[in-house]
Amino acid sequence: MFTWLLRRLFQACFVVLAMTIIVFIGVHVIGNPVDILISPEADQAERAKIIAEMGLDRPLWQQYAYFLGGALHGDLGRSFVFNEPALKLIGGRMPATLELAVTAVLMSMCFGIPLGLYAGLKPNGILGRVIMSGSILGFSLPSFWVGLMLIMTFAVQLGWLPSTGRGETAEILGVRWSFLTWDGLRHMAMPALNLSLYNISLVLRLTRAGVRETLPMDYIKFARAKGLSPARVIFVHVLKNIMIPVVTVLGLELGTTIAFAVVTESVFAWPGMGKLIIDSINVLDRPVIVAYLMMIVLIFITINLVVDILYTVLDPRVRLETKA
Amino acid sequence: MTATLEVRNLRTHFFTRAGVVKAVDDVSFSVERGQVLGLVGESGSGKSVTGFSIIGLIDPPGRLAGGSILYQGRDLAKLDERDMRHLRGNRIAMIFQDPMMTLNPVLRIDTQMIEAVQAHIKTSKAEARTRARDALGMVGIPSPEERLNSYPHQFSGGMRQRVAIAIALLHNPDLLIADEPTTALDVTIQAQILAEVQKLATDHGTALLWITHDLSVIAGLADRIAVMYAGRVVETGEAADVLDRPAHPYTHGLIGSVPSRNKRGDRLAQIPGMTPSLLSLPAGCAFRGRCAHASTACEQEPPVAEPTAGHAVRCFHPIQGAPA
Repeated sequence: MFTWLLRRLFQACFVVLAMTIIVFIGVHVIGNPVDILISPEADQAERAKIIAEMGLDRPLWQQYAYFLGGALHGDLGRSFVFNEPALKLIGGRMPATLELAVTAVLMSMCFGIPLGLYAGLKPNGILGRVIMSGSILGFSLPSFWVGLMLIMTFAVQLGWLPSTGRGETAEILGVRWSFLTWDGLRHMAMPALNLSLYNISLVLRLTRAGVRETLPMDYIKFARAKGLSPARVIFVHVLKNIMIPVVTVLGLELGTTIAFAVVTESVFAWPGMGKLIIDSINVLDRPVIVAYLMMIVLIFITINLVVDILYTVLDPRVRLETKA
Repeated sequence: MTATLEVRNLRTHFFTRAGVVKAVDDVSFSVERGQVLGLVGESGSGKSVTGFSIIGLIDPPGRLAGGSILYQGRDLAKLDERDMRHLRGNRIAMIFQDPMMTLNPVLRIDTQMIEAVQAHIKTSKAEARTRARDALGMVGIPSPEERLNSYPHQFSGGMRQRVAIAIALLHNPDLLIADEPTTALDVTIQAQILAEVQKLATDHGTALLWITHDLSVIAGLADRIAVMYAGRVVETGEAADVLDRPAHPYTHGLIGSVPSRNKRGDRLAQIPGMTPSLLSLPAGCAFRGRCAHASTACEQEPPVAEPTAGHAVRCFHPIQGAPA
């Protein structure tokens, strides 16, 4: 277990390093921030001064070395636009995205698993078919459109839910969270639903497939032959076997949801990281883009690690030690 | 005294899209307390379906289409699911063919045994565990206390089958249905398991329904034998009568094709052709296409003849005398 963890951390370092190179080069290819950031009226001397201040006069490899040196000390550079450390900027926006993504993933579990179970147990029933057809919509409708429709229905027509912003927040450990206040929850309801719709469909289909696959197994028949109640058979014997693929997918989806909440955050004006990254790309705020992508890489690595560890809890046949 | 199990004119049909599969069609037999009935037949002859019909685990599209299953005088076919569940694993137990598949891979042995105890008796977890441990010891599993904490994949096939047998015998059932429990095992392990099950059955007066395709297994074990072909019992009688003086051409062929009965160097006798599809059974005797003795009379339903008392055969041309 320990050697395994060590190996994984070592691999993770390599992945991060490789990412810094790709991201750094990529960001420098897409455009020159000087054209956007410096006002056209500025004279040549002013221009040169600002470029030197941002470190853009040096060759790329020097800029990269400087960035890497800073990164080792936890400094990913200062935003050109806000003149604040990029990390601080992202950190300030992260709670909003995190609570939105986590809520969305929780929602996809709470809706996806029961619906999938039902559809799997009653594959020929009308409700089971309706659920499955509905999940196709969940997969295929573009999320920005669904977001707009939600706003149209619940905010504009019915007036039940607010359509923009985080609402009231409460503070814990110096961080502001929306999910702690009723108003915040009301603000979160629509964006979270919007974000979770795809995942609900995914989890639902996965659960249903798992149920269909597990039910004809001998061990389920044997469990029934022991005289167990149907509830025990379904919720212990079937569900525990299904949780393995579901946990994998949910883990990966949590990463994806955090990283690509961009669309939903834009539609609902949710002040999270996604909104920040879109704004930063528009003005070519390089340090923020780089810092954001680094953060996402780290989140993915962490989630994968947690999923791998969860495996061993769920499936006793999986051992983390690699064969020597 | 009523028999532990009396099956009368049992019909189990599967209503598939391709048509009605009469997997079990008009099957009757009975098993007394402490007796062993060998249910013999090729794959697809309906012997396993008969076993599952008795314990009430036939899933759609299959269902009981007629007949009665009298367990100590009570008709199981008319019992509702709740009452059936109280009998299942408690008074009527079953062991399955493939020990690698009968235990749930993600649950520990103690979980799977304790739930089986608690399904029928209200006891504390600790007491149920003690009972489970004793049951493991009884079927010859070394250091049962530690083995309770293992997962199924940590056992060999033979050990897993012992665990399954221990689970089946937890409540000292009146009837044990064994669906080819030794087919997947080594010959040495097979012999051990056979001896153990037989001993446990005689000790507790358990009636045993032993389903197999292997005549050599049944010869040393069964008191009575019922031979199934294409969903019907074609011959029943005392084990010695059926094995030494088989009257049905099919039984005759089966016995002739056991290698040990043939002289070395002789061509192994075999039954020509294949089992007919249950979807399109010919009218009259289902075996007539493969039978050397078949005549035009066989296109009618054959009558039940009794060459000697207690030895019944469903054939127009029963064979007299011992097999060659």
